[in-house]
Amino acid sequence: MSIEVRNLRKVFGDFVALDDVSLDVPGGELVALLGPSGSGKTTLLRIIAGLEPADRGSIHFHGEDATDQPVRERQVGFVFQHYALFRHMSVFENVAFGLRVRPRRVRPSAAEIRESVMSLLKLVQLDMLADRRPSELSGGQRQRVALARALAVKPKVLLLDEPFGALDAKVRKELRRWLRRLHEEVHVTSVFVTHDQEEALEVSDRVVIMNEGKVEQSGTPEEVYEQPATPFVYGFLGDVNLFHGRINEGRVKIGEGELEAPEWADARDQAGIAYVRTYDVELRRVRSGAFSLEAVVRQVRAFGAVVRLELDLVDGGGTIEAHIPRGRFDGLALGRGQTVYVSPTNVRVFAQ
Amino acid sequence: MTSIALPTTTAPRAVTRATGESRLVRWTLIAMALAFLALTLVLPLALVFAQALSKGLPAYWEAIKEPDALSAAKLTLLIASIAVPLNLAFGVAAAWCITKFDFPGKHVLITLIDLPFAVSPVISGMIFVLLFGAHGWFGPWLLAHDIKIIFAVPGIVLATTFVTAPFVARELIPLMQEQGCEEEEAAIVLGAGGWQTFFRITLPNIKWGLLYGLILCNARAMGEFGAVSVVSGHIRGETNTLPLHVEILYNEYAFAASFAVASVLTLLALVTLALKSLVEWQQRRSSYHPADPEALPERIVA
Repeated sequence: MSIEVRNLRKVFGDFVALDDVSLDVPGGELVALLGPSGSGKTTLLRIIAGLEPADRGSIHFHGEDATDQPVRERQVGFVFQHYALFRHMSVFENVAFGLRVRPRRVRPSAAEIRESVMSLLKLVQLDMLADRRPSELSGGQRQRVALARALAVKPKVLLLDEPFGALDAKVRKELRRWLRRLHEEVHVTSVFVTHDQEEALEVSDRVVIMNEGKVEQSGTPEEVYEQPATPFVYGFLGDVNLFHGRINEGRVKIGEGELEAPEWADARDQAGIAYVRTYDVELRRVRSGAFSLEAVVRQVRAFGAVVRLELDLVDGGGTIEAHIPRGRFDGLALGRGQTVYVSPTNVRVFAQ
Repeated sequence: MTSIALPTTTAPRAVTRATGESRLVRWTLIAMALAFLALTLVLPLALVFAQALSKGLPAYWEAIKEPDALSAAKLTLLIASIAVPLNLAFGVAAAWCITKFDFPGKHVLITLIDLPFAVSPVISGMIFVLLFGAHGWFGPWLLAHDIKIIFAVPGIVLATTFVTAPFVARELIPLMQEQGCEEEEAAIVLGAGGWQTFFRITLPNIKWGLLYGLILCNARAMGEFGAVSVVSGHIRGETNTLPLHVEILYNEYAFAASFAVASVLTLLALVTLALKSLVEWQQRRSSYHPADPEALPERIVA
């Protein structure tokens, strides 16, 4: 079941939560809505669910207009950030709720409910805890009850609001992989909201990056990471260094050095910013090539396979971060206070 | 002052002393509180029963089963049985609106709910006399249609309902605010209707708070004097409630009888207190989490 969002707008008082947002979620995919807090991602999710009305725009499920459909008729599964489990009910009753509240003629029999609830609890590996109350479960277990409860009504789409936000790092990682596998098993169109880029890139088929109520870019994790469409996406996904400079006829001048920027062939002395990923820098002990900036090593964190260096640019361009492989670092024999020459290997230039 | 102790042996005591008061201050405060309690609560309570039984058990029994007293007791029960359900409906509805929805005028509504607590009960009674009394706004119309409100049961019900209106709502609003509406949203997304959501999700979550509010509401409904006194007209055997009956007997110098009836009301208060603590205990128990959930062993998701 695909979801099409067309020109959504939502305003809370003076705050524009969503500004003309359009989005396509192909059927069966797992899509991440990624953005900083206040970017409108949760609002978008709640409007898709029908928990919040949109000021303008429309929502279609599989081509059918669902904009004015009441929540309870939309057949969506929603997993709340803090799970919103029914605290006075057992795990079993929580999962069974969606089936029990159906009108009598479409309600499954008690035996059928029992069977489908238990099979769902097996799926989320909680069948042993069916009689527990939510308060007796750990965070990760509650999360899985919430998921089973949402799946019990056989939703057309599954919506998850910060599904791992309230869990500690280790449980988070496990659940993340588990969600991915679960999605491959049940294959329901799913949208989840997150502010964690690693989570979005690792779990989803497609990432939608939002900022200030707008969609900045949408694409596969590889696309958005390798070819960021906007400076925001560049900065938001992964660690990045900024070099301020001037663009002129396909070349960018930064400090002493100059870089090729063929996509800016028409620019005439414009202010620009060059974005360089922390791992896209080459460090040398001697100056070489057309573009190499002198810097002094300020801080070294040498643990693991990648060594993280903080470098102060000598010409006053600020501090940059460089991540280089361990072997390369050992070869350079760098220490604090030593001079090093920085050459970016992969640069993306945006006009300011 | 040579109270420098060895830190190795008295370390724990030093901690309590750092945050506590001196022994003299502590005991003075406790004594003051106890004296106040004895003077204003325990002594009057004991006195009520002492006076009630001053002419012996038979006289006590006589005063209680006297027809006017019985009729007053019946009226009191009737009034409470109407006013309490009315306030149950009003309180739940008001708390539901205020906590689950956003609408203009919400703060005005919250303030209005407190109004009966803010004005003197006598004024509450006067309002109804001004509205429905013979010379009130609706007086002539009511007279023409032969409907009696003031100096009759409907007036007492109205006054009592008004005075006791805030109890349930005030108890529920903070509770429901704290619980938020995520559980209700979850229920609706799962396909539950409005009533299903209310009866299966909202009500079970607020039941102890609601019961607590109802107990207080009932206690006040049975004990209300000021507002009821204004609208009742003190007609013996007809519009006299228990508190009014106590006053009448007292004014007639029938002290023992007066205190006998008063002791019934006092017993009612004691029962209310017992119920109230039971509910409070239940409320604490239902919100108590047996163990820190995060500390429970997490089953590894394979």
